[in-house]
Amino acid sequence: MSSSTASRWGLRTLGLGYLALLLLAPLVLIFFKTFEDGIGAPIDAITSPEGLHALKLTLIMVAIAVPINTIFGIGCALLLVRHRWKGNTAIDAVINLPFAISPVVIGLSLFLLYGADGWFGPTLSEAGIKILFSIPGMVLASIFVSLPFVVRETVPVLQEIGTDQEQAASTLGANAWQSFWRITLPAIRWGVAYGVVLTTARVLGEFGAVTIVSGQISGQTETLPLFVEKQFFNFNTTGAYGASLLLALLALMTLLAMNLLKRKEA
Amino acid sequence: MEAHAANPAASARAGIRLPGLGAGLGRGTVVLYLSLIVLLPLAAVVNQSLEGGFSAFWSAVTSPQALASLKLTVICSLIVVVINAIFGTIIAWILVRDEFPGKAAINAVIDLPFALPTIVASLTLLALYGHDSPFGVDIAFTRTAIVVALLFVTLPFVVRAVQPLLLEMDREMEAAAASLGAGGMTIFRRIIFPNLLPGLAAGVALAFARALGEYGSVLLFAGGLPDTQVSSVFIRSQIESGNDLGASAVSVVLLVASLILLAGITLIQRWGSRHERDGDGGGLTVMPISGDVITKNKSDDDE
Repeated sequence: MSSSTASRWGLRTLGLGYLALLLLAPLVLIFFKTFEDGIGAPIDAITSPEGLHALKLTLIMVAIAVPINTIFGIGCALLLVRHRWKGNTAIDAVINLPFAISPVVIGLSLFLLYGADGWFGPTLSEAGIKILFSIPGMVLASIFVSLPFVVRETVPVLQEIGTDQEQAASTLGANAWQSFWRITLPAIRWGVAYGVVLTTARVLGEFGAVTIVSGQISGQTETLPLFVEKQFFNFNTTGAYGASLLLALLALMTLLAMNLLKRKEA
Repeated sequence: MEAHAANPAASARAGIRLPGLGAGLGRGTVVLYLSLIVLLPLAAVVNQSLEGGFSAFWSAVTSPQALASLKLTVICSLIVVVINAIFGTIIAWILVRDEFPGKAAINAVIDLPFALPTIVASLTLLALYGHDSPFGVDIAFTRTAIVVALLFVTLPFVVRAVQPLLLEMDREMEAAAASLGAGGMTIFRRIIFPNLLPGLAAGVALAFARALGEYGSVLLFAGGLPDTQVSSVFIRSQIESGNDLGASAVSVVLLVASLILLAGITLIQRWGSRHERDGDGGGLTVMPISGDVITKNKSDDDE
């Protein structure tokens, strides 16, 4: 018994020590570093015109990319679960790609496709549409990197709820839309919400892909993560920490939302 | 409930359709969307890498700088997945089998690397383990820094892949083994570990894929010095110096690695799901991203 108590304490110490050094210490340090020189400097950095613009742009990314991927995600999950088709495996595989591909490669791919010599670049620029180094390119990058989350979170829930209630509804004369809004959507809502939270977190923090397609023009194509990098390389570390703290607070809200949703679902 | 989930053919026959759309139209839309958003851009990278023929591609990949970056990336990623496989399993273990105050909070914090923007992770790791480290550990701009940054971002994968399997595990097997005289190590090696293996393998594969492509968290902490240049940093530098061929050639190598790892994860899951009670998921993958724990363990969540 005493040897099992010893091993229990050993594992506990190892696991928690690792977490403390790797996760908790950085989290605590962001707060500490930001307010090292008082509360004014980080607030000035965020409320500077560039800082505010970066915040606004980040929110624009979320406002466009998240709804698009949510609608796509629900539709795609319904299709994958409720309509057997031999192409489903391929669709499923393509949806997982953004999990495994480097954000830098994603950035490069959009850069090449919409660049001056790309397949779409020349045609679009003749039509006066600017994708690269402007908001549309950054939105495309955000959509690409956050594509899988809603699908991945919705599919298992759809599989679990089955089709009993939908069939009952259609027997009682409900059409497909009514049965979707009244039966299916309420049943999968927490799974979808979880996917939405993950999507939002990913879009808020995306760096590698957006950095390449944005061109990082201050006050124009700079999201908050890009702003952090720019402030850091301009030796304005307080500004970098201020923006980081803001992003970290958003991350903590994400964690909180994730846990609340876990409880809802359980 | 399970009976219906396991019998999707019946539900398809019952004629449940996507609201307002025929399945064919829906499929067309999904395929078109995925082609435009994901496949065409990736095809542009492959196309660019082969612009000058295969020999140009090969010499770009085998140029000393590109090769050094690939080697460094692979070695660091391997070290990272081995460490996180061990610590991830330990952490999953104490989260499932141990009881201590603050466990729920610790469980929530596991997902932090997932929620925290990578550039913020890089900045704080630099403050923590850089030249003015409160611990007096200065590893900034070294290869160790690459490893630490990758350990941070890949931590949740193994924990979240192993945790549901531990929760589901039937403890009677362990009790039986113990009653037959097996010691703690033997029980772990012969009973627990084989049961965790599918999840562990999937988590490790996903962590490895993530580590191979990681950019933001490495950037400020490890930098892009000649001997700390991982492949993603190398690709970025090639784009900036206008060498599209060099950038896309190395990208294609990473892309192929991603595809192999994803295929591996899918195979592992098919293999793993054969052991499950209602293993038929319609052949769809379940990724060990943080959400998986809840959806798979509604009934026997111990909280």
